Amino acid sequence: MSEVTSFRLQFSSSPEIAARFEDIHPPLDRQAATVEANRCLYCFDAPCTAACPTHIDVPQFIKKIASGNLAGSARTILDANILGASCARACPVDVLCEGSCVMHRYNKQPIQIARLQRFAVDALHVSGNPLPFEPGEDTGRSVALIGAGPASLACTAELRRKGIRSVIYDARPLPGGLNTYGIAEYKLPLADSLREIDLLAQLGVEFHFETQVDADLLAQLESNNDAIFLGIGLGGIHRLGIAGEELAGVTNALDLIAGYKSGTITQSPARVVVIGAGNTAIDAAIASVRLGATEVHMVYRRGPENMSAFSFEYEHAKQEGVKFLWHVQPTAIQGFHSVESLQLARLAATTDGSLAPQPDSEFSLRTDLVILAIGQGTHTALLSTGRENAEIKLERGRISIDRATGQTSNPKFFAGGDCTNGGREVVDAVADGKRAGIGIAAWLEGKHVHA
Amino acid sequence: MSTPRPTLETTFAGIKCLNPFWLASAPPTNCGEQVMRAFDAGWGGAVWKTIGEPITNVSSRYSSIDWEGRRMMGFNNIELISDRPIEDNLREIAEVKRRYPKHVVIASLMVESRRESWHDIVQRAEDVGADGLELNFGCPHGMSERGMGSAVGQVPEYCEQITAWVKEKARTPVIVKLTPNISDIRMPARAAKRAGADALSAINTINSITGINLDTFEPNPNVDGKSSHGGYCGPAVKPIALNMVQQVQGDPAAALPLSGIGGIASWRDAAEFILLGCGTVQVCTAVMHYGYRIVEDMQDGLLAWMTEKGFTTADDFRGLSLPNVVDWKHLNLNYKIVARIHEELCIGCQLCYTACWDGAHQCIHLDRTAPAPDITRTPAMVEAEAAHRISMTPIPKLDSGAGSHSNAITPLERIPRVDEDHCVGCNLCSLVCPVENCITMEHINNGLPSQSWEQRTEGTREVMKTNV
Repeated sequence: MSEVTSFRLQFSSSPEIAARFEDIHPPLDRQAATVEANRCLYCFDAPCTAACPTHIDVPQFIKKIASGNLAGSARTILDANILGASCARACPVDVLCEGSCVMHRYNKQPIQIARLQRFAVDALHVSGNPLPFEPGEDTGRSVALIGAGPASLACTAELRRKGIRSVIYDARPLPGGLNTYGIAEYKLPLADSLREIDLLAQLGVEFHFETQVDADLLAQLESNNDAIFLGIGLGGIHRLGIAGEELAGVTNALDLIAGYKSGTITQSPARVVVIGAGNTAIDAAIASVRLGATEVHMVYRRGPENMSAFSFEYEHAKQEGVKFLWHVQPTAIQGFHSVESLQLARLAATTDGSLAPQPDSEFSLRTDLVILAIGQGTHTALLSTGRENAEIKLERGRISIDRATGQTSNPKFFAGGDCTNGGREVVDAVADGKRAGIGIAAWLEGKHVHA
Repeated sequence: MSTPRPTLETTFAGIKCLNPFWLASAPPTNCGEQVMRAFDAGWGGAVWKTIGEPITNVSSRYSSIDWEGRRMMGFNNIELISDRPIEDNLREIAEVKRRYPKHVVIASLMVESRRESWHDIVQRAEDVGADGLELNFGCPHGMSERGMGSAVGQVPEYCEQITAWVKEKARTPVIVKLTPNISDIRMPARAAKRAGADALSAINTINSITGINLDTFEPNPNVDGKSSHGGYCGPAVKPIALNMVQQVQGDPAAALPLSGIGGIASWRDAAEFILLGCGTVQVCTAVMHYGYRIVEDMQDGLLAWMTEKGFTTADDFRGLSLPNVVDWKHLNLNYKIVARIHEELCIGCQLCYTACWDGAHQCIHLDRTAPAPDITRTPAMVEAEAAHRISMTPIPKLDSGAGSHSNAITPLERIPRVDEDHCVGCNLCSLVCPVENCITMEHINNGLPSQSWEQRTEGTREVMKTNV
C-alpha cells in the first residue's frame, strides 16, 4: 500500500517535453477571467450544465469568479466533478458545455467555460489548500476499486465523502489511468493530473500500484469488501493482422503517448504513419510532429466524413502539418530489421456499401515508424472466468450497467468509464464514477436498513 | 421641399451657444489650457472649476464603482473647489475668452456668505469677460463644512439671500447650481427664482460612500486610512438627475432655463435631458473617463437624431416629454399590456423565466413541449429534473445524430411561454432579456375607458393630505 503523500513529487517532468508540448490553451489571468466571467448571462437551468456529463453548475462557478469568490468557485466545480482541473483541460468542450452555450445565438462567442474552470481550480491548487471536502464518518464499509483511472477516482471521492473505505488497485506505477498517461501533453501535462490526484488522496484513499488484478485476486477482493467497482478501462490497441507487424518501428498510439508523457520517449524518427482516424490517432500524429517527425501521415479506410475524431481535432492536426490519406488500407509492413515502408491499397465502396481494395492500386509509403490507433480491445476476460454463478453481464464487450447507479447485473459489482461505454472522455468516466459512488453508498445503505 | 439642416446652435438664458454641450465645473475645466483644448475638441462651453479662496486638497480624491467588468459606473470625489489663486483663474478666463470669443465660459463661484465677498467675486469674474456666472450651492463635501456649497443650497432662505446679493451686482446671466442632497429640490429652485436667478443647473453630486476595502476595512477614496462622504456622479446618477430636472421644470414656481447635469455621457443622454426641458447639458465624469473627444459623437449623434425626427433646433424638442410625466394618480389603471416572447429571437437563457418566478408574478412557464399548458411546474421541479438527466459526450460516428443538433437554433423546450391571462405587464421579463426585441410588451385592448386612481376613487378618499 502506498504511503506516499505526493504522486506529483514522484514524477519529474522532462523540460524538453515541456518545451515541445506547450499549453494549447494558456491560462487566464485574474482580470481576463473576471471580464470573461462577467460575459456569462447566468442562464437558468443552463444548457452548459445540462451538457456536462457531471452537471457542473457552470453559471454558479462563473458567477463566483466574477464576485472574486475563487475558493467557492472551485468548490462548486469539484463538488460535481472531482477531476475538474483535468476536465477543464481535456474536455472536448466544443461538443459539451461551450458547444451548448446560448451565446452561439447571441454574440456568437461562447463563454470560455473551460478556461474559467481551469482558472478557478488552479487557484485552489496554487493556494495549497486541501479539497473543500472532508471524509465522512467511518461506516466500517469498504469498497475495492479496480483501476486508478478517472472513473475509479471519481467513485472514490464519493465513497470517501460518505465514510466508505476505498482501496484502489492499478497495474501502473502512478494513478490516473489515461488521465495521467493518455491525454496530449499540450492539453493536460502528466504532472498536473498527479497534482489533482494528490488532493483527492488526502481524503484517505488507499492505493495498490503495479498490481495486476486477476481472477483470483478479484475473488479475494470480492469476499473482503462490501462492493467492487470496475474501472478497468479498455484493453490494448487492436492489431492489424498483416505481415511485418512484429518489426521494430511498429508501435501503438497509447504506448507512444504514455512514453513521451512520462519522458521515456523524447524524439520521433523523421517519417511516421499513424493508422486510424480517431482522437487518439490524432494525438499520436501531433505528438510525432512535436517530437521532431518531419513527415507524418494518417491513413484511414474511409473518408474524413467517417472519422471518429472531433472536427476540431482534425483541424488541429491539419494545422500541425499532418497529412491524410483517405480510403486506403494497410496490406503489409515492410523492412529488414525495422520498418522501412507501409504497403497500402486503395479502397472503393462496393454496391452494398462495404469497402473493397481496388485492383492494382497498391502502393508503398516510406516510413520509419508505424503507429497503430485502430481502437482498443477489452479487459473483460477477467470477468468471464469462473463467474458462472454471479455473472456480470456484458454487451458487445462492454460491461452493462444501470446508467443511474453504475450497478452491474451482479449487484455487488459496479462499473463505469471506458469499460462500460466503449471509450469516451474523461468527463464521461468521472460522471460514471460519481454516479456509481453514490449508487454503491445507497445500495450499501439499503442493505444495512434491510438487515 | 426639404427640411432645413438642423443646427446645434442655441441660446441659453440669453447666452449664445455653438452647441448645448458644456463641460461642468470640475477637474476638466481646471485651467485655461484644458478649456482651450476642450473647445478645440468641440465643446460649446465650459463652466470653470469653481473659483474662490484657494483651498488645499487631499490625496487621494476619487473613487468609483465598477459594474460587472465595466469601469466607473458611478464615480465620487472629495476634491474641493479650485486650489489655484483667484487671479490665475481670472487671467486664464480672460485669455480663453480672447482666443475663443464664440465659446461660452461660465465662471463658477463660491465664496463665504457675505454680501461684499459675493459682490467682489462677481465683479472680478465679469470684468475678465465671463459670459455668465454659476453659483456653486451644491458641492456636498468639505466646502459645506465651511458654510458654503450645499450648506447654502440645502437652505432655501440662504439660497435666496445669496442669489439676491449676486443679482444686485451681476450684469451677466446668473445660474444657480442646485444640490440633490435635499428632500425636495423644488424648494431651493423656487428660492433662486424668487431672488431673480436667470437660470438653474442641476444636479450637483450626491452624498456617497462608494465602498469599503474588505482587507483594510477602510472606505474609498482612502486618505491615510480614512475617508469622507464624497459627491457621487457618473452613469449611475442619471435617473436621479432626470427626475430632479423634471421636478424643477414641471413646477411653474421653479422653472427657469436649466442646464442639465448628471451622468450625461452621450447624445442620447443629452436628448433626454433636453426633452425634459434643459437648455444645455453639462458633462464631467464621461470626460474624466474618456477625454474631451467624446463630444464629437455627442454632436454628430444628436444632429443625426434631430434630422431623423425632423427637428431643426433644440427648441423644437425641448420639454416635449414634460407633459408625459404626471403624478401616479393620473395614470390609466385600465391600460393593459402583456409580455410576448418572440420565439425566433429567443436564445433560451431562461432569465425571463427565473425573473418572473422569483421576482415577479409567476406567469412565465416552461411547458412548450408539455402535452398541455402546465402552470404548476416550479423552478425547483425544473432543476430537479435536469439534475437527473444523464448526458454524455457525443462522439461523431458512434452517436447517431451527434453534431447534427445545431447550436444556432434554440430548442423549443428552452423557450419560455407567457401566461397572458395572468401576466400583469410589469416589464421585468423584457428588462432581463439580453436579446433586443425578443420580449415585447404588447397592448391588449380590453375595451375599458381610461380611468385613473384619482377618478376611480373620487369622493371616496378620506386620508390625511400630505402633499404640498
